[in-house]
Amino acid sequence: MTLFKKTATELQSLLHNREVSVKELTAESLNRIEKMDGQVQAFLSTNEDQALSKAEELDKLPMDGRGPLFGLPIGLKDNIVTKGIVTTAASKMLEDFVPVYDATVVDKINEAGMVTIGKLNMDEFAMGSTTERSAFKTTHNPWNLEYVPGGSSGGSAAAVAAGEVAFALGSDTGGSVRQPAAFCGVVGMKPTYGRVSRSGLVAFASSLDQIGPITRNVEDNALLLSAIAGLDPKDSSTSPQAVPDFRAALTGDIKGLKIGVPAEYLGEGVSAEAKDAVMDALKVLESLGAEWEEVSLPHSKYASPVYYVISSSEASSNLARFDGIRYGYRAEGVQNLEELYAHSRSEAFGTEVKKRILFGMYALGAAHHEDLYVKSQKVRTLIAQDFANLFEKYDVIIGPSSATTAYKIGEKLEDPLTLYANDILTVPINLAGVPAISVPCGFSNGLPLGLQIIGKHYDEATLYKVAHAYEQATDFHTQTPVIWEGK
Amino acid sequence: MTQLTIDEVKRHAGLARIAMTDAEAEMFAEQLEDMIGFSNKLQEVDTEQVATMTHPLPLYNVLRKDIPTDALDREEMLKSVKEHEDGQIKVPTIL
Repeated sequence: MTLFKKTATELQSLLHNREVSVKELTAESLNRIEKMDGQVQAFLSTNEDQALSKAEELDKLPMDGRGPLFGLPIGLKDNIVTKGIVTTAASKMLEDFVPVYDATVVDKINEAGMVTIGKLNMDEFAMGSTTERSAFKTTHNPWNLEYVPGGSSGGSAAAVAAGEVAFALGSDTGGSVRQPAAFCGVVGMKPTYGRVSRSGLVAFASSLDQIGPITRNVEDNALLLSAIAGLDPKDSSTSPQAVPDFRAALTGDIKGLKIGVPAEYLGEGVSAEAKDAVMDALKVLESLGAEWEEVSLPHSKYASPVYYVISSSEASSNLARFDGIRYGYRAEGVQNLEELYAHSRSEAFGTEVKKRILFGMYALGAAHHEDLYVKSQKVRTLIAQDFANLFEKYDVIIGPSSATTAYKIGEKLEDPLTLYANDILTVPINLAGVPAISVPCGFSNGLPLGLQIIGKHYDEATLYKVAHAYEQATDFHTQTPVIWEGK
Repeated sequence: MTQLTIDEVKRHAGLARIAMTDAEAEMFAEQLEDMIGFSNKLQEVDTEQVATMTHPLPLYNVLRKDIPTDALDREEMLKSVKEHEDGQIKVPTIL
């Protein structure tokens, strides 16, 4: 079968006409994983029996009242808690952790009638941008298996790119949905901070984290965000703003749209291919009636240190809960309670996680609190103000989603500062709390490139409209990796 | 640039409740110095008149009605606990 090539709307019509059942769709997804995942390594676990029995139940429900995502398979990044299904955050700390409740987004995808197929690989506790820092396995980019899928939601992006699932959820603290989406040639949305509940998301940096959808096309992405967004009593940082039907925004009409293109996003360190792809995309958008001019986000160059100080500080506090006592890894052979804490955490956290906790402790400590943590919070204000200033005049801001295409596995980990420099394109968006989407915009040496469209708070609708108009005018999203056909 | 000693790294590791050997502390000292050096760039920004940003959205006094709801099941939660007895979590002797 080739069901995995179809969009949500096409699949819904097949379900409605009884040409396919939910069980067949579920089985196809599981078969694809069986066939592809030995190479791609996107899934940490699959949920075969539960998924198939749920599919059978769903098939019994009447056609009336089924929503646009009914019966469709989805994969979840493994930092989203699932009741009764092991949730590891790709850490030895949570290797055998079985949550006792579902994340709010899981409740919502269940209400939409979606079928959870399995849990997806990631960098440990979402700290990384290649998925090589998973405690369990390295995920491979479906476009070229010698390359990383990006990260930290690398499993989510790779699973969608490989056609294993058409829908996945990731989380984005500093680019972790958009950058892997770009590296894997799929669509990834980082919604406005507060748009989607974080209840049940294993916390990394609470003032930055946001769950976002990863799909193969813009319409599917809009449908999934509509399903998971909204105020949640379990997350007091969710916004009371009404959630629109994002699909209704996909009109194709972007005449008169005002685009700002920050010089900083096409500057030093950004590859010629990424710049060219953005310039070509701007020509496409111009031909559809949009106008663009070069602008400036003058504090961008400070975004990376601000991000590392704030995210590490928040992480050092959030990860204090892993004490080896109530759940998670527990060290053996210890003499007292202090040793139990210290050895459990030492044995179960990976090096990157320890480094960030230590840096957070340092930045929050009395000696450096003012010059690191408080200073970062102030510069964060300036970064957010840069965006607010531009959004007085422009509808969206556009740049690359990543400075380069994917790296070779093992290639860049030696040089953390190079990885950090790449963050300039993505972390300011989390610091400001605004939404941004990555859509495929080209290829270089067979590896995908992503176009990033950034919007005003709560204006995901405009991002979807622009991304969809661009997608319909180009054919990048119709191209598929060679391994799709099992070659 | 700040010179981080192994003792300082181990002190922070102690505060973070992470056991650490001298060799590990030496490796982290080097990595943390890179991060601190990188962050010192922030000192060149004039923030005299700038307020701190503590949260991305201006939400204030988010309250809900105080209505009792179902709590998580104790038996279910204890399944994740490595050592427990009679519904209580066991830890090494602390007295």
